[in-house]
Amino acid sequence: MTESTLAIEVNDLRKSFDEVEAVRGVSFEVAAGEVFGFLGPNGAGKTTTINMLCTLAKPTAGSARVAGHDVVRERDDVRRHIGLVFQDPTLDGYLTAEQNLRLHAELYGVDPALVPGRMRQVLEMVGLSERREATVMTFSGGMRRRLEIARGFLHSPRVLFLDEPTIGLDPQTRSSIWRYIALLQEREEITIFMTTHYMDEAEFCDRIAIMDQGQIVALDTPEALKAQVGADRVRIQTEDDDAAIAALAGRFDLEATISEGAVTFFVSSGEEFVPRLFAELGVAIRSVSVSRPTLDDVFMSHTGTTIRDAEESGNKHANRVMMQMMTGGRR
Amino acid sequence: MSVTEQALPATGAMTEVIRVRVPPRSWRSELRAMKIVWRRELIRFRNDRIRIVTALVQPLLFLFVLGSGLQQLSSASTDGVDLKTFIYPGILCIAVMFTAMFSAASIVWDREFGFMREMLVAPIRRSSIVIGKCLGGATVASFQGVILLCLAWAVHVPYSVTLVLGILAIQLLLAFSITAFGVMVAVRIKQMTAFMGVMQMVVMPMFFISGALFPVANLPGWLAFLNRIDPLTYAVDPMRRLVFSHLDLSAAARRTLDPGVTWWGWHVPALLEAAVVLALGLAMLGIAIWEFNASE
Repeated sequence: MTESTLAIEVNDLRKSFDEVEAVRGVSFEVAAGEVFGFLGPNGAGKTTTINMLCTLAKPTAGSARVAGHDVVRERDDVRRHIGLVFQDPTLDGYLTAEQNLRLHAELYGVDPALVPGRMRQVLEMVGLSERREATVMTFSGGMRRRLEIARGFLHSPRVLFLDEPTIGLDPQTRSSIWRYIALLQEREEITIFMTTHYMDEAEFCDRIAIMDQGQIVALDTPEALKAQVGADRVRIQTEDDDAAIAALAGRFDLEATISEGAVTFFVSSGEEFVPRLFAELGVAIRSVSVSRPTLDDVFMSHTGTTIRDAEESGNKHANRVMMQMMTGGRR
Repeated sequence: MSVTEQALPATGAMTEVIRVRVPPRSWRSELRAMKIVWRRELIRFRNDRIRIVTALVQPLLFLFVLGSGLQQLSSASTDGVDLKTFIYPGILCIAVMFTAMFSAASIVWDREFGFMREMLVAPIRRSSIVIGKCLGGATVASFQGVILLCLAWAVHVPYSVTLVLGILAIQLLLAFSITAFGVMVAVRIKQMTAFMGVMQMVVMPMFFISGALFPVANLPGWLAFLNRIDPLTYAVDPMRRLVFSHLDLSAAARRTLDPGVTWWGWHVPALLEAAVVLALGLAMLGIAIWEFNASE
C-alpha cells in the first residue's frame, strides 16, 4: 500500500497509566475506504487506542498517523480530518438537533455558505429531518446516537471513529444504526474505524483486529479469521468436567477449557468426531453441541477464553486500567 | 411512529453529496469558535427561565426584606437615606455575581454530561473555549443585572444615561472576573456538588465582607483588612460612588454612607478600583487557560 491510500498507520503504539500498561505495542494499517473493526472485551485497550488516534491521549511510545498526519506532532491537522462518535453521549441536551449541528460546524470552521445544505443532508441521511427543531433531551437513545453519527461526519472527515456505536441500544435500533453506517460509507467514501464487543457486529467490518489485554492477537477479514480456526467448536456437558478434560488431553490430544459452563474444544470435522467421543471418552456425557467457527471462536482460539468470560472474570488488569481511565485520562 | 422503522433514503434518488472542508486553524476560526461557545451560553440561558427567576430571589430578599426590615434600626444613622437605597449598589453587584458563578458551573456540567469532549476534540485552541465561556458568563450575568437595574425607581434612584451605562460597565466587568474565577475553580473540580460547595464557601464571605451591606469606613481593624483584600470590594465601591453621585444627599449623609475605599488613608480612585477587578479577572482567566491546557 502506498502512503496516500492509507487512512491510518500505527506503529508499536503504547500507553501506560502510571504503572499499568493499557496498550502494549499495537501496529496496524487501515486503507482508505475500509471499515475497520477493533474487537475485544471491555478493558482490552480499545478506547485507549482510539483516544490516542483521535489526539485525546498522548501515546507513551510508538507513533501513529491518521489521514496522513502524525497524531502527536500534527494534532490539529489530524483533528480537522477526523470525526468522532464517543461511547458516552456528547450532545448538548438543552439544544435542538439543529443547534447541536450548527455548533459543531462553527467549532470546525465549516464554510458558513455550505452549512445549511450540509446540515439538511446529514439529518436526512440519519432520518432526523423532522425532529431537527426538537430539543435533544426529548430524543430516544437510538435517535441521539444517530444524531451523534450525523454530527460526526458533518464536516466531511476522512476517517470516522465510532467507539461502541451501538452499545446500550436494542437490537432493532442497532441494526438500523448499521444500515446508516453502511450507507454513509457508500455515499461519503469515508474510512470507518470502530470498536465493538458485539461479535455479530464485527462481521460487518472489512477487516477486524482482535484485541486482548492491550495487544492485537489477530488481524484479518472476518472470513479469513474464521477459516484460520479451521475447526468446529464442540461443547459437551459431562458428569465430571475435570475427568473429561483430562481424558480429552490423554486420549485425543485435545486441549479443552471450561467456558460458560461447558467443556469446550476445537476439532476438525466435528460431526464425525462425536461418535468416537462417546465411544472412547470414558466419562458420561449429558449433551453435545457442534458449531461452525464464529468470531467468538476466533477470539477464544487466540485468547483461550470467550469474550464474555473475559469481561466477567473481573480481570485485574482491565479493571485497573478502567479505574485509571475514569479517574484520570479518560474525560 | 416507530423511530427505528423510518425508511432509508434511496441512494440513487438523492442529490449530490455536499462536501465541506475544515480549514487549517487560524485566528478567524478561533474567533468563530469563541463566538459559538459564547452563543451557546446565551441560548441556554434564554431557554432556562427557572434559572433566571431563581437567581433573582436572593438579591431581592436582601434588597427588600433585609433593607426594609433593618430600616427601623438604621434610620437614625443614615441621615434620612433609605437603607434600600444604600444597599442597592451592593445588590447590583451580587446579582451579577451569583449568575456568573452559575455560568462557570456549566463547565462542570459539560464535563459530567460529556459535552466537553465535543469541544475538546475540535481543531481549536482550548483557550478559545475558556474565553468564550467567560464572555458568555459575563453577558448572561449582565442580563440578570439589567433586570435589577429596572428596580432603581423602587429604591429612589433616578435614571440617567450615565447611570445606566456606568452600572452596565461595572456589571460586565465584575461578571467577567467572577466567571473567570468560577471557570478557574471549575477546571479543577470534577463534581458538581463539590463545585457548589466551594462556591458557597467563597461567594458568601466575599459578599458579606465586601461592604455591600455596610459603609467601609471606621471598621474594626480585622474587618477593614479583610474588606480591603476582598476583590468584590473594588466592584461594590465604584458602583456605590456611581449610584450616589446621582442622588441628592446632604454632605453628612454622603460622608457616612459613601466614604470610599482607602489604602492607608489614601482614597482609591474608582478607575483604579475597576482596574483591580479587571486585572484579577485577566489573571484568573490566564490561570484557567493554563490549567485547562495542562489537563489531558
